[in-house]
Amino acid sequence: MNHKIYIVPNPPTPNRILAFDAEFCNGCNLCVDVCPDDVMMPNPEPKQPPIVVYPEECWYCGGCVEECARSGITLLHPTSQRISVNWKRRETGEFFRLGMKNPPPPNEAIPSGKKKFVRKRTK
Amino acid sequence: MTTWHDFVQVNSRLPEWPYPIRFGKVKEIVSDVLIIGGGLAGCRAAISAAQKGATVALADRGNAKRSGAGGSGVDHWHGACTNPCSKVSPEIYTRAVFDSAHGYASGLVRYISTREGWDTLLEAERMGVQIRDVEDEFKGADFRDEETRLMFAYDYKNKHILRVWGYNIKPAMYKEMQKLKVDIHNRIVITSLLTEGGRQGNRVVGATGLNTRTGEFHVFKSKATIISTGGVGRLWSFIPELTASSSMGDMNNCGVGQAIGWDAGAEFACMEHTMPGRLSGFGYAPYSMANAHNTYHGTPIVDANGKEVPWVDGSGNELNTVAERFLPGPGQKFILGDGIGLSVYNEEYRNNSLAPDLPERIRNGEFVLPLYADMSRLPEMESRVIFNMMLTHEGKTRIPVFDTFTLAGYNQDIDMLQAPVMLPQGYAHPNFWSAGINSPPNLRALAGGGFLVDWDLRTSLEGLYAAGGAPLFGGGCHGESHTTGRYAGRQAADYAKSTAAGGVDRAQVERENERVLSPLEQNRDGIGWKEINYAIARIMQDYCSTYKSELTLKAGLRLLEELRTTELAEAFASNPHELGRLLECGSLISVGKMVMHASLARKASSRYLDFYRLDYPQLDPPEWQKLLPIKQADGRVKVRELSFNHHLEPPYTADYEENYLMHCGL
Repeated sequence: MNHKIYIVPNPPTPNRILAFDAEFCNGCNLCVDVCPDDVMMPNPEPKQPPIVVYPEECWYCGGCVEECARSGITLLHPTSQRISVNWKRRETGEFFRLGMKNPPPPNEAIPSGKKKFVRKRTK
Repeated sequence: MTTWHDFVQVNSRLPEWPYPIRFGKVKEIVSDVLIIGGGLAGCRAAISAAQKGATVALADRGNAKRSGAGGSGVDHWHGACTNPCSKVSPEIYTRAVFDSAHGYASGLVRYISTREGWDTLLEAERMGVQIRDVEDEFKGADFRDEETRLMFAYDYKNKHILRVWGYNIKPAMYKEMQKLKVDIHNRIVITSLLTEGGRQGNRVVGATGLNTRTGEFHVFKSKATIISTGGVGRLWSFIPELTASSSMGDMNNCGVGQAIGWDAGAEFACMEHTMPGRLSGFGYAPYSMANAHNTYHGTPIVDANGKEVPWVDGSGNELNTVAERFLPGPGQKFILGDGIGLSVYNEEYRNNSLAPDLPERIRNGEFVLPLYADMSRLPEMESRVIFNMMLTHEGKTRIPVFDTFTLAGYNQDIDMLQAPVMLPQGYAHPNFWSAGINSPPNLRALAGGGFLVDWDLRTSLEGLYAAGGAPLFGGGCHGESHTTGRYAGRQAADYAKSTAAGGVDRAQVERENERVLSPLEQNRDGIGWKEINYAIARIMQDYCSTYKSELTLKAGLRLLEELRTTELAEAFASNPHELGRLLECGSLISVGKMVMHASLARKASSRYLDFYRLDYPQLDPPEWQKLLPIKQADGRVKVRELSFNHHLEPPYTADYEENYLMHCGL
């Protein structure tokens, strides 16, 4: 604990609504550009992911994720929503939930339609 | 490092505003047609006006590429009555809606929507939206026509509702607008309509707005103007920290279009019609929980022990097979379908659904919570069309649900998604995720009221048209927004062609410029926009809820006006973003007052309007079964009476098709 402590207001709620992957994000701000509610601002530091300034104005449309050509963004539902999304495996009776610690492997299902969906995030 | 707190604490400095500040600067934009609101209706209006040769400017609150209630997609298209497989005519559909709403609906808007809905969809196909199963993913399915490869929803017999692959529908419209050289202005909050001589009730000749990144004031001058803005979600319900993620309308739903129309003297109908705030956001992320409604229609719901909840037809008869969930029951004409902007359906058009006595059966222990969706009980193609098709194209589902859930390992073939655990009464409606039971009972939402328009979709003001599900009286939902936008765009272009530009009143522009910028200079001890919005919502919740009376409505009117002249007048905005939100609070107050005035005018209660006057408790007395259009003239509220059938009475003919053909501009 040797970092400086500042006077800051409480974190907004929800707070971390988007995760930007530093490896993929090049700070192009296309996501900032299309957000209907302007919840992000370009980072003053060049090539850095945007700053989420107004997270409580986000309505989770996912437009920023779709716009991102480099697959750098993950949408994170508020904790109260994540904790609500539960499912049960029919055969085993196991319980899972969105945001759990050791999730099952991703399901490779793809959306219907002409334009084939490529899951953008490779990690 | 992606939050403001991260930035401040890592860099020990505040990030500077990233956009050039242009407070006090004025930009002038001149066009034949001005579109206010770049959602589905606005984009379609811009496209059809431009196709007619008009110069078009469009102002959007966000970025028209992805903004609006339909900005993140659509999975089924209602009222495509003229598609080659449909067995329902536009007129029969229109009458079904009109009868279900007991007259409190717009027959002309619904007729236009169903008469042109299919053509509008075909045009979307040409713009790059997939509307057919061209890859034969569902070949042989009950819901597919082998020849046209169209796929149907809800009613596989009558085939008037189409499943569509619309996740890219907004970007496709946006590209088309760019191709047609529509002058798009994003990040504009519109603040007023300009009228000839600056007088209420005169011809509309443009609008003013503010860029919410730069603060630059915009003056739009136009021969014709179309209002195609969104709903007014922030009026009764405002707790974005809790509700934004589960709402079906975003923060921009603040009634700007309705407010500027009201202030300019346009006439509105049915603004007293409200409904419980079911989709107001006190539930769960849309489509993120097990349910059996809309996109999930037909989904088998089982209890904790695997016992399946029965389905019933529109008349309440239990259904024995899965196939029957997608067919009209005996004695039913056809199924109108969910999500068409209608809160009550007559029995002969009602959808099949889960047993309505489910709450009681949960209370008496017959079904054990939690409930789950068990897709393995559906035929493979029904299960796949819900999960891989509907759930990847409907609004707010592709990334927030499908992508997020599959990445987290959810697999509908082997897993059962849980429904919300809520009060038993919450299971009375199959749309479990919206969890209406969790909404505070004093929350309401507007239910279909809006601009009263003629067969040209023109409002009562010359030069002003309206389009879209939210601003139009009786407007509908996704497809209806496209279709009315496309129609209004044609009408506005024709009008613009026939007339000279009107005179913009310089004094009106200057007054508005000063008003708009004043929160930047006022008392810095003032409060911010969110606190004002909370107060507006409180007034609406207390004084304009389910039960109303003369005294409480008048008290509400007084408090809204007081709020405008005290706390709102002293509120501050420290940057263009906050200023935009604060200006929207002014719009909310205008719409709130309009709703209260409309409620005062109806001196009777009505079950069809979900409207209860404590001082006039008699339900739907015959003499009050009429519309009460309302407007402002010289600053005073004027109410008149109008018959339900006004759209089929002089100066119009008594025939839907005749009126349409005389006015459609084709």
